[in-house]
Amino acid sequence: MEKINKYLDQTTKAAPLAAFRIFFGLLMMLSIIRFWYHGWIEKLYLLPKMHFHYLGFEFVKVPGDYTYLLFVVCGLSALLVSLGYKYRVAIVVFFLTFTYIELMDKTTYLNHYYFISVLSFILIWLPAHRYFSVDAYKDSLVRSTYVKRWHIDILKMMLAIVYIYAGLAKLNSDWMLKAMPLTIWLPTKFDIPLIGSLMHEKWMHYLFSWGGAIYDITIVGFLLYKRTRVLAFIMVVIFHVLTRVLFPIGMFPYIMIFSAMIFFDHRFHDKLLGYLSKIFKINKSLFDKIETIRYDSIDKFAPIVLGVFMLFQLLFPLRFLAYPGNVFWTEQGYRFSWRVMLMEKTGYANYKIVNGVTGKRFYVQNDDFLTPTQQKQMSTQPDLILEYAHYLGNHFTSQGHEHVEVYVESYAALNGRKSQPFIDPNVDLMKKKINLSNRIFILPFND
Amino acid sequence: MNISKYFFIISIFFVGFIIACDDGDENPSETASFDRREMLTNWADNIIVPAFINYRNYLQNLVESKDAFILRPNESTYDSLTAAWLQAYKTWQHVSMFDIGKAESIGLRNFTNIYPTDNALINENISSQVYNLELPSNFDAQGFPAIDYLLFGIGGSKEQIIEQLSSDDHSQYLSDLINRLYTLTDTVTEDWLNSYSEEFINNDGSSATASVDKVVNDFLFYYEKYLRAGKVGIPAGVFSGNKISSAVEAPYSGIHSKLLFLEGLEAVQNFFIGNHFEKGTRGISLKDYLDFVRPQNNDADIAMNIVDQWGSAISKTQGISDNLKEQVETDNVKMLELYDELQIAVVLMKVDMMQALNIQVDYVDADGD
Repeated sequence: MEKINKYLDQTTKAAPLAAFRIFFGLLMMLSIIRFWYHGWIEKLYLLPKMHFHYLGFEFVKVPGDYTYLLFVVCGLSALLVSLGYKYRVAIVVFFLTFTYIELMDKTTYLNHYYFISVLSFILIWLPAHRYFSVDAYKDSLVRSTYVKRWHIDILKMMLAIVYIYAGLAKLNSDWMLKAMPLTIWLPTKFDIPLIGSLMHEKWMHYLFSWGGAIYDITIVGFLLYKRTRVLAFIMVVIFHVLTRVLFPIGMFPYIMIFSAMIFFDHRFHDKLLGYLSKIFKINKSLFDKIETIRYDSIDKFAPIVLGVFMLFQLLFPLRFLAYPGNVFWTEQGYRFSWRVMLMEKTGYANYKIVNGVTGKRFYVQNDDFLTPTQQKQMSTQPDLILEYAHYLGNHFTSQGHEHVEVYVESYAALNGRKSQPFIDPNVDLMKKKINLSNRIFILPFND
Repeated sequence: MNISKYFFIISIFFVGFIIACDDGDENPSETASFDRREMLTNWADNIIVPAFINYRNYLQNLVESKDAFILRPNESTYDSLTAAWLQAYKTWQHVSMFDIGKAESIGLRNFTNIYPTDNALINENISSQVYNLELPSNFDAQGFPAIDYLLFGIGGSKEQIIEQLSSDDHSQYLSDLINRLYTLTDTVTEDWLNSYSEEFINNDGSSATASVDKVVNDFLFYYEKYLRAGKVGIPAGVFSGNKISSAVEAPYSGIHSKLLFLEGLEAVQNFFIGNHFEKGTRGISLKDYLDFVRPQNNDADIAMNIVDQWGSAISKTQGISDNLKEQVETDNVKMLELYDELQIAVVLMKVDMMQALNIQVDYVDADGD
């Protein structure tokens, strides 16, 4: 206990945290603009007739045309975070709006969006505005050259959790022994410069599989260790640029590259902020004078809140162990666990609406209800298959159909295996509750 | 932890990597890469363009037969008009799936073969003589289905039909419909001949908008929506619970509906296998692409499974009447059985084939992770 208190009292220069805040805010704003620019607000949120909900967050609804306003507020708050202007309010607003957007439709789930929600939640509790920010510039009482050491360490820890869990998830026989799914993915990248012609080579698939696993598991270690840090950071850049070239993963590589800079010490960040000061003609010395460390009332609770949060982060990805069966097949405990670019799964779900009394039946054309993106996501994920079944059942009941039972004939193929039946076609999904219990209507996976 | 420990861990991984690699080195043939450009060239030069030229020729024929009929409406000109209509309708089945380029931008399929046709709207158009066939609201008052209604459905005996058709307002409408089919097709065909072939072949990358990805998606969409659902599933009541015999293709002439379905299925197979249009030869196509990636797919012979599945579907049609409308009304079970066979191929294509080729069934170019 004493050791913990001692650790919590250690201080360090605030520059790394300030730099992290600046780049995080900026990248988030760019992400929001990019999302809008690509027309995804309309395509992913406004066009679909129905939306898939997270358990416990059914109250989150797409607010029609106000969705654009939501994105405006989210983007502006990201900008304010970057500037460090009204920081605490801005980061709370950013966390809430961004997370709200992510909760609007489960089919848009991406690990890196979750990562951003997690980081912004942590940032709420950190004094990232005390150095090199508008808040600190305007108010000398906010200014502080120092922060607590754990304020920076906790970000490193979060990155370590992401990388190491992502790496451990790769240690499965498909990834390591069959080089799957990279064997499927890489050959279609024949048209990238320099290495395109090698993309169909078997050894390349193994090289990338093994290289990716080793990288994920070890990179944080190399970043923490001073003598390997620069080399490790170069690896971070190469690795993420490569993933950017090979896969459609948007802003994620850049977010990871900039986040990894947190591992450099304050001298690096001092220099970096020095450059920024020159470019934008900011009087950096103003921030360097205050050697004291300042406290908000929030700082008292922060270690407790974040301590519990990090414990949650350590345990939550392991919840798949509580379910029987292959987590790739059942996807029970698959999300929020840093399983990134891990499998190739394709599915097909054909719904049958049956009148339980007369036996009269018909099939559903999914096009009538779901966008192509939603269909693709729904057909491989049992929780979405179930939610959609309930939606269909309620829809047809409200249309005047009676004794509605909903069955699905579905197939899925995992990592290049032949397709096999996915959901028990004899189970009336209307009778299955949407909850976290083991989904017994998922048929066993035959390898 | 010090550096030597890291190196120790890395060397263990390295040894493991070599061992894992050895395991997969049994397929030396994999080293050659698949030439998507050659496949696109084959599709354009030997399948799509010849099919469009052929279709345009038969439409030309239809235009001439129509002109002859309007000039001299009698049984013989009527018979050659209906024969020309059927020929053109059959050849249409071979281009319908290629909803790309000009065909996509002008909406060729929507103006050509939306059924069931709206005969009330057709009658209204004819009597008012005011209609704009370019409007989407007139999709179901034109094309082959509308001509099917005019040639076979406006009532009574052959003589009575000929008499009605020879009236000025009817023959004007018939003429407009047929001329429009020709003009639209001519635009698409000329575009392929002039510049689009080159553009199509040069777009040989791997993005969601590359030619291969687009054509494969078009192909699947056609199979699922127009062949499986349109020609069989919807009339058999698969999606409604009630059979809708009037929703078959060409219900007024009746006896051609099975033939048109078989023609469409043949076109699908030819494209998949790479058979050159109306020649005995073949070039590389999806089947070869699947066979190329086959060693990676635990040796599941997806291509053969798909072709076999279509074989099962065709054998199901043997007990089915030439007139699908009649079949639905008298013994719909056979239609449902046929549908089931077609459906199994959807799973093989949408799941196994798309995964093996790593082509996304997804028109939104969104992020993944």
